[in-house]
Parts: sequence; structure tokens; C-alpha cells
Amino acid sequence: MHKIFKYVVLDIVQNKIVLIYTLLLLVISLSIFNLEDNSAKGLVSLLNIILIIIPLICIIFSTIYIYNSSEFIELLVSQPVKRKTIWLSIFAGLSSSLSFAFFVGAGIPILIYHADATGIMMITTGLFLTVVFVSIAMLAASKTRDKAKGIGLSILLWLYFSLIFDALVLFFLFQFQDYPLERIMVFMSFLNPIDLSRIQILLQMDISALMGYTGAVFREFFGTNMGVLISFIGLSCWIVVPLMISLKTFNKKDL
Amino acid sequence: MIVIDDIIKRFGSLRALSGVSLTFSRGQCVALLGPNGSGKTTLIKSILGMVVPDSGTINFNGQSISDKWAYREKLGYMPQIGRYPENMTITNVINMMKDIRKDHKIKLDEELIESFGLNNMLQKKMRTLSGGTTQKVSASLAFLFNPDVLILDEPTAGLDPLASEVLKQKILKEKQNGKVIIITSHVLSELDDLITEVVYMQEGSLIFHKKLAALKEETGEEKLSNAITKIMKANHHA
Repeated sequence: MHKIFKYVVLDIVQNKIVLIYTLLLLVISLSIFNLEDNSAKGLVSLLNIILIIIPLICIIFSTIYIYNSSEFIELLVSQPVKRKTIWLSIFAGLSSSLSFAFFVGAGIPILIYHADATGIMMITTGLFLTVVFVSIAMLAASKTRDKAKGIGLSILLWLYFSLIFDALVLFFLFQFQDYPLERIMVFMSFLNPIDLSRIQILLQMDISALMGYTGAVFREFFGTNMGVLISFIGLSCWIVVPLMISLKTFNKKDL
Repeated sequence: MIVIDDIIKRFGSLRALSGVSLTFSRGQCVALLGPNGSGKTTLIKSILGMVVPDSGTINFNGQSISDKWAYREKLGYMPQIGRYPENMTITNVINMMKDIRKDHKIKLDEELIESFGLNNMLQKKMRTLSGGTTQKVSASLAFLFNPDVLILDEPTAGLDPLASEVLKQKILKEKQNGKVIIITSHVLSELDDLITEVVYMQEGSLIFHKKLAALKEETGEEKLSNAITKIMKANHHA
């Protein structure tokens, strides 16, 4: 396992895109913290950027990387190596290098400027989101043979999680506004890893009062230790389930 | 050594293999022949586990290969079109393969790397190599780990006559060492002195599996190429 992992990481490092991604995050987070005189405000601005950029870069880069490694995968599949090892090594290589990039690019500035519970929550959810979207990319790439289709699917998935899902939720809310939907909203937030992360961080920031009654219900559920635990279990499911489905597909794939 | 039992593989509506059964044993050098698209490469890839058959079994040394991987230690494969990570140099690729397979105490066979003259271009990136040079790398990798079974898909396509001859000599040598060698090729003339058996496939089905001598006797031809042409024509008219 570790041998193939090593080659994947080496290849990603040589690729330089991850390095540029790290620098980009570093520039964004440092400039935001320096522009705002209040680091808590800086954190809120950073939150929105991170919730857009991380999923986008992780899913697109990973999908393209997997397609570009088709030669590497083909070469290894005819060797005495388990298919599971190949697939999980690629997953581990992508998620560890992208997580490292996020930690250096955004995690370290956060620790320097705002190292409290909120900051640490933001780093943790950022790392989780990174791995979640690598895992979703593995699923998209394993299901489609055609590269353009696969990348298109990844972009659509990103759009869905970042924009379309929220639009659907709003639509749903307006259609059924006469009913008490607050508890259903708690459940629905588990259907989108980005929302789950956003809620966790916002609750840590103590601005849930701005969200009205729904905010209070969220606070009641997600604010407890149990709630935090359950939402991280939810995020972990978003990592494990797509990865396992993609592994199953890859095991039966013809190369 | 390799027993293939009634394997079926469909790609969508296309039947690439429809119920092929074959047995290969030690010391055999088998030519896998048939027109384009007759399922030769699919059969080879099924043995390698790169293609998963819809039904049927393949046994290697008495064990089913489905979901197994360790048996590939005993296989050397030279693909028709070798595809390698583009940014790696020849040395990178060779070292990576050695690294991945190295826990197993095998004596490495670097003869082909040397006789192909790859030593002079080890620092070249895979992307920059010509088709023929890539084939040389593929061949060197197939023989590198001294495997019991060699599977060569169109080994001489794209090689210059000199390199072709080097590879032929190497195949002859390994045949004498008692290895199973499976070759697909359309250049029939060069197979004559290499092979002992002929497997002929058409449209995903096995037409026959015979000893070379028996085949020559039946068709009354001295050369493999003439014998096969005769059969192809007969099949065509039938």
C-alpha cells in the first residue's frame, strides 16, 4: 500500500497545481486577516470563500488527476497488486496532499490570527470537506469512462452542493411555509456536506441568533456535544459511502 | 497451468467472448490467432484480471483467479500498446516496477534492457519515446521478473527487424526454460520457429486448438502462414 501511495504523492507534488493551490489559499487568508481589523470578521469572510473554493478545487483536481493516471492504473492492474490497494492509494494520496495544502494555506493563518474554538472548528471542517470532495470525485471518475463526461459530472456535483441544493431547500421552505419545518431542516442539512460544515462553524461563531427560530432549533441540536459528534459522523459518511461505492465499481471495471 | 472454462464477456451488446474454454500447460508456446476483433486481447486481459468475465472461470495453477492478485507475480505481460505515466523516465518506470514487486525473491532478468540498448536512453521521458522504443520498454518489463508465464500481445508490431530478432531469440530461450508463452501476432511468418501450438479464434469463439505439426499435416502446408490463410479462406466462404 505505502509504495503506491508514495508514487501517487510524488506525482502530485511534481504536478505543482497543489503548490499553487496552497499559495492561493495562503494569499487569500493572509490578505483577509490583514484587511479586517477584527479577526472574527475576517473568519466569517474566509468561511464563505473556503466553502466555495475547497469543494471546487478538490473535486475538479481529483477527477482530472484520476483520469490522467489511467496509464498508471493500467500498468499496475496487470501487476501483482490488489485493485483495492491501487484505488485506496490514489484516494489517500489525493486527500493527504490536498489536506496538507489546506492546512498550510488556510489552517496556519487561522491558527496565527484566530486560534480559538471557532478557528479550530473551521480547520477541522475544512479538512473534512477536502476529503469528502476527493471521495465524491473518485465516485464520479469511477462511474464514467469518458473524461469529458466525468469532469462535467464533477462540475455538476459541485454546482449541486454549492448552489442548487440551497435553492431546492429554499423552494421547499416557501412551498411549505405554513408547516413547522425546523426539525426537517436539521435532517436536510445532513444531505449536503457543505451545509453541514457551514452550520457547525456558524454555531461556533455565536451568530446563530441571526438565523431566527430555525437558528434556535439548530443550536438546540447541533450546539450540543452530541450534535457536533453526529454531524461529524455525517461528514464521515460522506467520505466513506462514495469511496466504498467507487471501490466496488473499480473492482469490477474493465481496463 | 492455466485452465480457462467457458468464459463469456459482453461489452454492451457486443459479445467479445462467447464461451471460450482452453488449457495451457508448461513448455507450450501458443500462438493466439484470429482476425481483428476476434477477442484475442479480451481473452488475454481476462487471464491478467484486467477484464472481468461475465461468467466462466479461469484457473491458474489450480486456483481460480477471480478477485485474486498474487498469481500475477508469475505473469509477465507485454501489452499491444503500452501506456505509461508520461512524466516518468524509463529508469523511473523500471525502478517503480522493481519497487512494487521487490519483496519477492526473484532473480531479475535485465537481459532485454541491455540487448535493446535501453541503457543509453534511461533518462528519457516516456512521453518522448517513439512507438518502437515504448514497445522495447514493455518487452523488457514483461521479462524482467522472470515469470513462469509470458503473455505477449503483438510483441513485434512496431519493432525494427533487429529488435524483432532480439526479442525472438529471447522468446526461444525462455521457451526452452519451460515457460508458458502466449503470443498474438499477425506476422505469421515469424511465428513458425517459435510456437508449438495454435489457437484460432473468430468472433469471440474458439475455432480450434491444435499442435502446430498436426495443423501443418492437416492442411498439407509447410508454412504456418499458408495453413492459416487456407483456414481463414475456408471459414470465410462457409
